[in-house]
Amino acid sequence: MRKPFERIIEGILACSGYITSVVIILIVVFLFREAFGLFKSPAVEEGYTIALNRTNKVSEDQFHAQTLKLVFDSEITNWSNLGGADEEILLFRLDDLTNYYSEEELGSNLENVPDCINKLVDSIPGIIAFIPKLYVASNFKGRLIEDVAITPKDFLAGKEWFPTSTPSAQFGLLPLITGTLWVSLFAILFALPFGLAVSIYMAEIAHLKIRNIMKPMIELLAGIPSVVYGFFGLVVIVPFIQKVFHLPVGESGLAGSLVLAIMALPTIITVSEDAIRNCPRSMREASLALGASHWQTIYRVVLPHSFSGISSAIVLGIGRAIGETMAVLMVTGNAAVIPTSLLEPLRTIPATIAAELGEAPAGGAHYQALFMLGVVLFFITLTINLAVEQITKQQKS
Amino acid sequence: MNKIEAIDVNFFYGKFHALKDINMQIEERTVVAFIGPSGCGKSTFLRLFNRMNDLIPDTHLHGQILIDKHDIYQKGVAVDELRKNVGMVFQRPNPFPKSIFENVAYGLRVNGVKDESFIRQRVEETLKGAALWDEVKDKLKQSAFALSGGQQQRLCIARAMAISPSILLMDEPASALDPISTAKVEELIRQLKKDYTVIIVTHNMQQAARVSDKTAYFYLGEMIEYGDTKRIFTNPEKESTQKYITGRFG
Amino acid sequence: MIPYKKNYTTRKKRSQTLLFALFSLMSYSVVGILLLILGFIIVKGIGVINWEFISTAPEEGMTKGGIFPAIVGTFYLIIGSALFAFPVGIMSGIYMNEYAPKGKVVQFIRMMTNNLSGIPSIVFGLFGMALFVNTMGFGDSILAGSLTLGLLCLPLVIRTTEEALKAIPDSYREGSYALGATKLQTVRRIILPMGMPNIITGLILSVGRVSGETAPILFTCAAYFLPHLPNSVLDQCMALPYHLYVIATSGTNVEAQLPIAYGTALVLILIILIVNLLANVLRRYFDRKVKTN
Repeated sequence: MRKPFERIIEGILACSGYITSVVIILIVVFLFREAFGLFKSPAVEEGYTIALNRTNKVSEDQFHAQTLKLVFDSEITNWSNLGGADEEILLFRLDDLTNYYSEEELGSNLENVPDCINKLVDSIPGIIAFIPKLYVASNFKGRLIEDVAITPKDFLAGKEWFPTSTPSAQFGLLPLITGTLWVSLFAILFALPFGLAVSIYMAEIAHLKIRNIMKPMIELLAGIPSVVYGFFGLVVIVPFIQKVFHLPVGESGLAGSLVLAIMALPTIITVSEDAIRNCPRSMREASLALGASHWQTIYRVVLPHSFSGISSAIVLGIGRAIGETMAVLMVTGNAAVIPTSLLEPLRTIPATIAAELGEAPAGGAHYQALFMLGVVLFFITLTINLAVEQITKQQKS
Repeated sequence: MNKIEAIDVNFFYGKFHALKDINMQIEERTVVAFIGPSGCGKSTFLRLFNRMNDLIPDTHLHGQILIDKHDIYQKGVAVDELRKNVGMVFQRPNPFPKSIFENVAYGLRVNGVKDESFIRQRVEETLKGAALWDEVKDKLKQSAFALSGGQQQRLCIARAMAISPSILLMDEPASALDPISTAKVEELIRQLKKDYTVIIVTHNMQQAARVSDKTAYFYLGEMIEYGDTKRIFTNPEKESTQKYITGRFG
Repeated sequence: MIPYKKNYTTRKKRSQTLLFALFSLMSYSVVGILLLILGFIIVKGIGVINWEFISTAPEEGMTKGGIFPAIVGTFYLIIGSALFAFPVGIMSGIYMNEYAPKGKVVQFIRMMTNNLSGIPSIVFGLFGMALFVNTMGFGDSILAGSLTLGLLCLPLVIRTTEEALKAIPDSYREGSYALGATKLQTVRRIILPMGMPNIITGLILSVGRVSGETAPILFTCAAYFLPHLPNSVLDQCMALPYHLYVIATSGTNVEAQLPIAYGTALVLILIILIVNLLANVLRRYFDRKVKTN
C-alpha cells in the first residue's frame, strides 16, 4: 500500500521539479507564436494598397517597410535607386487628388474617384500611389503591389520605431535597443563605483554591527517596487534634472540611468560582497604579513581573487537594468529616437512593450512587433544569464 | 644578543585565557621550535611577534614583546613596518593568484620599491636562496598555482625572504607537504639560520629535533620548558615534556 | 640592502585612511538614498493616509476618495499567486534537494531556475497575456494575473526551499532511515519541519515581490478603474502598483491626484517594509532557536 503511494508523490515532485524548464520552453513557444506573424503581415496599412504605373519595372522585392518609408519621406527620389528606370518618383496620396481634379470632376459623392486615380496612375510613369483598396477601379490599368512585407531586415536594422506611420508602419529595433543599452550602460557606470565601495566597505572595513544594520537596508532597497522608484524619479529626479540642465523636459536618459543605477545597486552590492568575503583568510594574512596595508591587500589580492564574482555582479546588474520596465517607462520620456545625448528623452524595449501593447489590436502587425521585442529581450537576458553561469563555473574550478 | 624578548605575556580571546605568564628570550640567528599538543597556544604565541592576532576581533594582550629592544605593541608602532621586518610562512601554501614572479615581488611592491631592475634581481636572488630558481626560472610568468604543493611552500618562503626581514615565523610550514618536499623545506630552514632568526611551530617532533637549536614546549597556554633542543629531547626537566616527546599523549 | 623609500608606510597609511573614509562616505550615501526615498514618500504620504483613504473607492475620476479596491486587488493577487507558486515551488525545491539524482539533473534544474529568475517581468507579462489571457481564454482576470505573478516568483520560492533543505545536515536523514522510515516519511516528518522556518522567510519575501510588481499584470489583470470589487476570479481587479503608475503618469488632474499617488506609494512601501521586517525578525528568531538547541 505504501509503495505505490510513495511512487505517485515522487512523480508529482519530479514534475514540479521540471516546472521552471517547462515554463521557459513555454515562454519561448508562446512569444514566438505571437511574434512570428510579423514577417508575414503586410507592411501597408490595413485596407490600403500601393499602386504604380504599369510601365514601372521595379521588382516587387524592393518594396518593404523601410524602402516604402524612404520613398514617401522623399529620401529616395528616383526609381533608379530601386533598380528601375531613371525617372523621378512622384508621390501620390489620396489628399493630393484635389491638386489634379476639381471637386466637380470627382463627383458630389466621390463616385468618380476610382476613375480619376486610374487615369492619374496610368498617365504619370513615375507615380507611386498610396490609396484605399476601395478606390481601386475594376479596370485598373496600373500595377498593384500587393505584398509589401515587413522583412527581418526592417525589424533588426530599422532606424525608426513608428507604428502609426503611413503608408507603412515602422518597427525598427535600432532606436529601442540603443536606448535600452544606453541607459543600462550609464546606469552601471553610475552604480559601479558606489556598488564596489559599499561591498568593500561592508565586507572589509565596516564593524560587524554596522554591517548587520546595512545588509537588511540593502535588501530593502532591492525590495522597493520598481513603480515606486519610477514615481520617486518622476517627482524628484526628473524636475531636478530639468532645473539643473535647463531642459524643456526633465524626462531623459539621464533620469532613467540614475533610477536604474539605484535599482541595480543591491544586485551589484550583494553579489560582489559575497565574492569579496569568499577570498580565503590565508591569502589576506599572507599579504598583511608581508607588510602590505589593508588597502593594498584589498586592491592587490582580494579584488583580483574575487574578480569573477565581481564581474558576474556587473553582468547581473546590467541584466536587471535592461529588463526593468516601469521605472524606466515613467522617467525616460519615451521618445523612440536613437539617442545622441543623455539629456534627451529616449525609449527602451521593455518600456515600449508596456506603453504600447495595450493599444495594439491583438494579431496585428504592431502587436506582433511588440512580441518580437519580447523575444529580443528574452534572448538578451538569457544570454546574460548564461554568461553569468559560465563565469561562476570558471570561478569554482 | 637577544633578538626577541617576551615579558610576562598573557593573551586572551575574549574571556578565554590563551597564553599564561610567558617569558622567553630568543637569540639572533638561531632556529627555535615551538612544540606542544593542538590548542596549547604555540601558534597564538607565534602570531604575536608580527601582530597577526590584531586581525582577530576581541583579543587582548598583557605584557611586552620586544624585538631589538623595542616594544612592538607600543602605541605609534607602524605595524606594516614591523611586518616588513618579521616575515611569516603559513601552514598551508598560500600563494597569491598571480604569477610566480609577482608573488615574490609582492612584498617589495607593497613596500614602495619601484625600481624594476632591482626587483628582478632581488626575485632571482631570493628564489635561488629558497632553492627554487632552477625549477621555476623558465616559467616565472606562469601562475603560482601551477606549482606543486612543496614548490608553492618554498615560493611562500621566498616571498617572505624577498623583503629581507630579520625574523622568519613559520607556522607548521611542512604539515601539508609530502616527505620529499618536507625534507627540502627543512634543508632550507637550516640554511636560513645564517641570516635570519627563525621560529618554527611544528607538530612533528623529529622535525623540531632536526632543524632547531632551541625548543620550547607549550601545554594548555603555558610554556612548560624551554632550552637547547638536544637537552629537551634527551633529558627534559619536566615530566609533562617527557610524556609529550615520548609520545605518550598529544 | 633594499632601497625602501622613506616614509612610504606613513604615506600609504594616509592614503588608505582617505580611501576608507571615501568608501564609508559612499556607503552612507547609498543608505542615505534609501532613507531619502523612504523618508520622502513617508513625509508626503503620511498626511494622506487615514481610514477613509484605505477603506473607500476612488471618486470623481480618481481625484478624490481612497484606494480600497486597489488594496483588495493586490491582496487577491498575493493569495492567488501564493496558491499556485508556494506548493509548486516547495515541491520543486524538495525534488531538487531530496529526490533528484545529484550532478547533471540538479545542475540543469538549477540553471533553468536561475534563467527564469533573470527573465524581465515584462516578458512574463507578454507570456501571461499570450498563454492565460488569449490561449486559455481567461481574459484579463485575477486568475491570469495570479498565475503570471506566480510564475514570476516561482524561482525565488524554489531557491529558498532548496537552500533551507540544503542546510539540514545529512545525519538527520540517515538517522531517520536508520529507524526504518521511508524517504517520504523522512521528508514529511523530519526534513520539512526543520526547513520550514527558512522556507517561510522565503515565502514572505516572495509575497513582497508579488505585491510590488506592475509589468506582469499590465496586460493580464489590472484595471484602470473599477468602482466595485471583483466578484469572481475571472474579473479584472485594480492593484496598488498599477494604480500608482496610472495616477502618476496618465492623470487628468495632476494637482488633485498627486496626494493620492503619495498615499498609494506609502501603502506599497509599508507593505514592503512590513514584509522585510517580518522576514528579518523570523530569520533572527529561528537562527537563535537553532543555536540554542
